[in-house]
Amino acid sequence: MLLARVLEEKLGSLYRAGGRIVGGVYLGKGQEAFSAALGVQLRKGRDIYGPLIRDQAGRIAFGEPIIDCVRTYLGTVTGPMRGRDGNIHRGRPKEGHMAMISHLGSLLSVVAGGLFARRLAGTLADSIGATSIGDGGTSTGAFHEGLNMAAVERLPIIVSIANNQYAYSTPNTRQYACENLVDRAAGYGIEGVTVDATDLASCLKAFRAAVARARAGGGPQMIVGTLLRLAGHGEHDDASYIPDTKRQGPSSRDCLQVAEDFARDRGWMSSSDLRELNEEVRRNVDQTVSKVSKEPAPDPFKENWQALSCAELVEGQHEA
Amino acid sequence: MSITYLEAIREAQYEALREDPSVFLYGQDIATFGGAFKATKNLSKEFPNRVFDAPISEDAMIGMAIGAAVEGARPIIEMQFADFSSIGFNQIVNQAATLYWRTNVPCPITIRMPSGGTAGSGPFHSQSMEAIYAHYPGLVIVTPATVEDAYWMLLDSVKLNDPVIFCEHKFLYYHLKADQIGDRELPIGKARIARPGRHATIVTYSAMVHEALRAAEELQLDGYQIEVVDLRSVKPMDTDTILASVARTGRLLALGEAFPWGGVTAEIIARVTTDGFHLLDAPPMRLNSKDTPIPYHPNLWKSHRPTTSTIAAALRRLLRN
Repeated sequence: MLLARVLEEKLGSLYRAGGRIVGGVYLGKGQEAFSAALGVQLRKGRDIYGPLIRDQAGRIAFGEPIIDCVRTYLGTVTGPMRGRDGNIHRGRPKEGHMAMISHLGSLLSVVAGGLFARRLAGTLADSIGATSIGDGGTSTGAFHEGLNMAAVERLPIIVSIANNQYAYSTPNTRQYACENLVDRAAGYGIEGVTVDATDLASCLKAFRAAVARARAGGGPQMIVGTLLRLAGHGEHDDASYIPDTKRQGPSSRDCLQVAEDFARDRGWMSSSDLRELNEEVRRNVDQTVSKVSKEPAPDPFKENWQALSCAELVEGQHEA
Repeated sequence: MSITYLEAIREAQYEALREDPSVFLYGQDIATFGGAFKATKNLSKEFPNRVFDAPISEDAMIGMAIGAAVEGARPIIEMQFADFSSIGFNQIVNQAATLYWRTNVPCPITIRMPSGGTAGSGPFHSQSMEAIYAHYPGLVIVTPATVEDAYWMLLDSVKLNDPVIFCEHKFLYYHLKADQIGDRELPIGKARIARPGRHATIVTYSAMVHEALRAAEELQLDGYQIEVVDLRSVKPMDTDTILASVARTGRLLALGEAFPWGGVTAEIIARVTTDGFHLLDAPPMRLNSKDTPIPYHPNLWKSHRPTTSTIAAALRRLLRN
């Protein structure tokens, strides 16, 4: 959580300074507990994870090294996307980390398909899939189709819904008409629970239970986390559309602060431990950014410009 | 004994399932029922747990295939009609087509699309989608016109490590028969000279190959020898074979059943005029369907699509120029 927060703050400042990051920067501030609580339950190499925009914490918890993130934001050839795609649109599918596209809801069926193929090949064992979405993404047809299909096939998949109350600038009242998004779980014939997503302990408990149910053959599991996005949609957005009443409401607690207080209150960590941890994390992030800054940008003359893996089927450059 | 184009598609799927345990079939009504056109008849019996009914969710069907392909499977997806692939469009062009380029992980999926018009099918069961998908990088678009190609190109498609849009023409399902499936002659990406000639070239694909051949027969009575090039795959498009044909004849008619704006015929003309302008003795011509949705009533439908007589008329104009 802390590493994700510090990393994203760094990315935000690089963005604001201009030059290094060409595209946008999308932060998960306020969603780290909910995201990490899922990622940490998954086993890299065995489970399939399809994270979304605000899952930096979940990706780290799943086992993605932060250098993959920095390299993708800076677009260097050394990163998993090699400058061909950027920022949060990254992954290593062969390691079970699916690379999201921008079209919300469309990763659900892809993660389900991976599980389906494993079941067919007899290699599923107790592996599961997990994917994230926000309140806005639940309105897409792809989300509905994917979840219904996963339910029909009774696949072991966790569907984590971070209800951060705004889809870009659109509030929940313009997004859905049911009382609570979790009510939809019954309609799919799957289990669903809600959790206070500002509270790490509650998130861990809820995801641990859901993961256990999925591994035990209980089919898809929906978890709806209630929270408030503590940033704009991206760093270009000041979120001025979020009224003060919301900003001071119960969902606006900073999950990182809550988790730190929790650890301190129980005597697991002292204030100075937390300070040291913070400094260590900052050093790690700074060193990573500094290392990646020296790495090469993609060269259009070395790019092969081939979208097919079968080179013999790539068309000649007829426009040349 | 004879085999239809449709039976060849079923046989190819049988063979693909038999050869490779990582192949599975997913589509609406394809298991016990055997598919809306019976292209998967009995396959679920012959290959238990390899042929699955899907919910009416074209988006999720394609997404599922992509995820399965990442895990090493080689799924064949049946769209009940090519028209309905518009619901799965996003997964096809944004997820499947970009996967290899973005992540270096190939996406070997084959999407079967029962395509093209038949009498009485109307606006939403008659469409030809090849140009739409050909527009996007990262996809291979095949358009078989013969029983052999239906069989061999489907088998080849399943083996390819890239997403393939397999446009099988519904008009040919029952109409087109062969005594047997011949040997595999050409790979995907190579066009075929369906009829040699020297006065004009028709470049076409899928069901229109047969209309073109009939028009060529008609023109033969007037003493003209028309060459017919069957593209077989519209992407990649075999420009070399097209140009070599135009070099022989000096005249080009690009023919397709799809809507007229842009598309495969426009691409053919663009390539020939760009790379082979000097080969042309007359301005190239295009013939497509009319620019309206595809009509229901047979009287209207027959006039909407190119037919032997409209092709023959176009050829006569081309030869007069």
